[in-house]
Amino acid sequence: MTTTGIFLLTILALGFLITFQIAKASEYVSVLKGEKKAFEQSNKVNAFLMVVFLVLGLLGVWWCNHLLFDKTLMAHPAASEHGKNIDTMLYITIAITGIVFIITQILLFWFAFKYQYSSKRSAFFYPHNNKLEIVWTTVPAITLCILVGFGLFYWFRITGDAPKDSLVIEITGKQFGWIYRYPGADNTFGKKYFRMIDEGKNNQLGMTWMDTTIVKHDNNGNPAGSVEIKADPATFDDIVTNDAMYMVVGQPVKLVINSRDVVHDVGLTHFRLKMDAVPGTPTTMWFTPQYTTDEMKKITGNPKFEYEISCDQMCGNGHYSMKGLIKVVTKEEFILWKAKQKPAYAVAFPKPEPAATPGAPAQPTADTAKVVAAAVKEVKPAIAAAHN
Amino acid sequence: MSNEAALHGHSEVAHSHEVHHGDDHGHHHKETFITKYVFSQDHKMIAKQFLITGMIWAMIGGLMSVLFRLQLGYPDQAFPWLEDILGRWAKGGKISPENYYALVTMHGTVLVFFVLTGGLSGTFANFLIPLQIGARDMASPMMNMLSYWFFFGGSVVMMSSLFVQTGPFSGGWTAYPPLSALGSASPGSKTGMDLWIVAMAMFVVSSLLGGLNYVSTVLNMRTKGMSMTKLPLTIWALFFTAVLGILSFPVLLSGFVLLLFDRHGGTSFYLSDIYITGVGALPNEGGSAILYQHLFWFLGHPEVYIILLPAMGIASEVLSVNSRKPIFGYMAMVVSLFAITILAFLVWAHHMFVTGLNPFLGSVFVLLTLLIAVPSAIKVFNWLTTLWKANIRFTPGMLFAIGFVSLFISGGLTGIFLGNSTLDIHLHDSYFVIAHFHIVMGVSAFFGMFAGIYHWFPKMYGRFMNNTMAYIHFWITLVGAYLIFWPMHYEGLAGMPRRYLDYSIWESFKQFSELNKFISTVAIIVFAVQLMFVFNFFYSIFKGRKVTTLNPWSATTLEWTTPIRPGHGNWPGEIPEVHRWAYDYSKDGRDFIPQTEPIGPDESNHH
Repeated sequence: MTTTGIFLLTILALGFLITFQIAKASEYVSVLKGEKKAFEQSNKVNAFLMVVFLVLGLLGVWWCNHLLFDKTLMAHPAASEHGKNIDTMLYITIAITGIVFIITQILLFWFAFKYQYSSKRSAFFYPHNNKLEIVWTTVPAITLCILVGFGLFYWFRITGDAPKDSLVIEITGKQFGWIYRYPGADNTFGKKYFRMIDEGKNNQLGMTWMDTTIVKHDNNGNPAGSVEIKADPATFDDIVTNDAMYMVVGQPVKLVINSRDVVHDVGLTHFRLKMDAVPGTPTTMWFTPQYTTDEMKKITGNPKFEYEISCDQMCGNGHYSMKGLIKVVTKEEFILWKAKQKPAYAVAFPKPEPAATPGAPAQPTADTAKVVAAAVKEVKPAIAAAHN
Repeated sequence: MSNEAALHGHSEVAHSHEVHHGDDHGHHHKETFITKYVFSQDHKMIAKQFLITGMIWAMIGGLMSVLFRLQLGYPDQAFPWLEDILGRWAKGGKISPENYYALVTMHGTVLVFFVLTGGLSGTFANFLIPLQIGARDMASPMMNMLSYWFFFGGSVVMMSSLFVQTGPFSGGWTAYPPLSALGSASPGSKTGMDLWIVAMAMFVVSSLLGGLNYVSTVLNMRTKGMSMTKLPLTIWALFFTAVLGILSFPVLLSGFVLLLFDRHGGTSFYLSDIYITGVGALPNEGGSAILYQHLFWFLGHPEVYIILLPAMGIASEVLSVNSRKPIFGYMAMVVSLFAITILAFLVWAHHMFVTGLNPFLGSVFVLLTLLIAVPSAIKVFNWLTTLWKANIRFTPGMLFAIGFVSLFISGGLTGIFLGNSTLDIHLHDSYFVIAHFHIVMGVSAFFGMFAGIYHWFPKMYGRFMNNTMAYIHFWITLVGAYLIFWPMHYEGLAGMPRRYLDYSIWESFKQFSELNKFISTVAIIVFAVQLMFVFNFFYSIFKGRKVTTLNPWSATTLEWTTPIRPGHGNWPGEIPEVHRWAYDYSKDGRDFIPQTEPIGPDESNHH
């Protein structure tokens, strides 16, 4: 314990002691003054504080908004069409709830002040009034119907099917990072199987690159049947990257969301979107980016601006650092970027001959596939270690 | 033995004329320290046991929040004294990620279940039900005692999980699998999680034993004349709370049992297609992680109302007594409590809008969720009308009841944002959610609890708490709660995710570092003030101003007809008979008319 620590603790203890002494003394004073008089005085003080709290509170709400509004996303346009809809919905809701908030808080604290105890007055016996109660049942019900109506209109628009010309990208969460996959020239994602995942052999998604027999094991490590995996040629040109997810401004994007281990969540703050990544159950989400990363740097006035992907579902001790990047670029930049990418297969099994033209996707021959297919992958009984 | 007293009390309700004077005295003489203070079957003592255990938990849970707020406010600073108390969890004075997540998880679990469910319902249902309905004790005092001791056992197990080598559970209080099922995915999911499940299972048992008791007591043991429509709103609220608990906690337990099977039995209820880095592919196939979320939130949402309804009941009662006015719209209050209870079971999936839930199903849950705002609005307007043309005494209980209404409005309105799936896509799991539920079910439920403690302290201990300290407690807590949680809405509107211990690496969220410091500072001050409340509580038990009259608040309800320090059995003589509802304040020019007074011949007929 440092000296400052002791110092702070002493101050705290003294504060307690003083408060306690004052509190105790005020109790004796009230006995001397007479309970009734003391009660009337403290009642007045508390009633007055009710109004003070109301006024300062409402000013505080304004002040808080003044200080913080520019730091929120509301200060800049949403980066997707869906996001703009969500912002509209947000403003409708803020308007309605804001009115209710201000009226009810004013009534609450104003009544508290106005109807404070007075020995000259007695309370008004007013047990119920059916008309009033019907009014404040139906008015909120109608208001909420309006909110539900707007909400569902946008909800179905956002969760509806993605347009046909969407760029489809697969994003997979793992502890603690993101894997992005693009289909190659064939525009089809190759099959994958989680038992084929092999980080050491550059197969972080478990793509079925070769014919394999996988021996399954139960929890105790005993063999429990086997699966025959057929190589899927569609996997050969799939591009896998961990760096950033590139997409084209103005072109709809459909994300196919997976998780390799626990539940994650693809949080796209600037697009106002979010979708869980659930192991074993792929989910999807689509949107149309409106501004390139460079445009967004200008809009926000922040030269370091990036579209960040945040993991929004508690996923373990590295949750807070599970960051991904989205680069929204123009069509030309995207084509250029994609041309530079090597298919994951080519990365995992580099061709022996050094002749490959840079940029051209390396097409594996049927021969190579057969040669490697001889391997039988043995899945280590992982469960004993995993569960304890 | 005391069981007998309760049973006799019961027969007395039915036949009304036997007097058990002598009997009760006999019991008192036989009481030892153990039967009176430890294994007591007296509902009042059990209530105090729940309250004090809950207070200890609240201090621990609150201290945890102070520790992780230090990390959030000062992520780049080291506090060497943290290493003194936390050891290897805070090497070099900086909280490690596993410790941060353990603190956050335990803070949530402890406050939601052990404080605001066990501590709140346990205290006030036990204390008020027999006293306000006119019964000598609960229907089964033995089960009631067991309810406390299961709660205590669960507390001990939960506490012990803080000390295991791999740390307590750290995957968030909702304990979503696969994270909570796989020790290899997080060290907190090893032994810590087993202890967490065992503690929660014991907690569920406690809550069921208590709940069944509350329901049967309210239904069967009301004194003569106490029809259901003459019950004070506290009892209605506690009754619906118990019903909610009985119907939803078993589902939670089943979810936990399946989780336990997945952890140790090799089953795959929640697990499928999992590859853990460093371990490899797991054998599980075919399970659904989402299944757990359905089971969890089927309790999890009613749980919100399990926490909130008692606070609503207490606030209604305290507001009415200190306004010297009947609660406005008694029947509407009861019906809205009932509506909330029903709807509470039909909205759980609004926690799951972004799990890939079918959008059509989502839309049904949007409608049902926003429907809950209607009974909530009725309650708010009725409370406001109760204050209108009142003659308000600002007792500490009253202050907290008014604060409760203010916080319930603020937190309830943000629920309209989150219940709307369109906005939830954006706000889900952001600080907006933290702000929303801390205000509406955290702080406001605490305010209800404080209102109850200040109001019924004289009945519990025959003394008053110190008013000056209570006023300081109220004003600093109210202002502090708003200062802490109001700005968090803005962090949420910036998309800032919850459960991050350091935002400095995020370009999108690092602009709030000053605000985080501010919030942490206020949180520490508010926590210190709560310690002052605890001090006031214990000091007043022994040294508080003595209660000299039977009915210090001039209230109409039955508990104030018992002796200042009632013994086991509550009324030394016959249980009084009830003739009217609980809210005849300022009627016919009289300040209040107790429930025990027969309706006069020329009394105006209002109810």
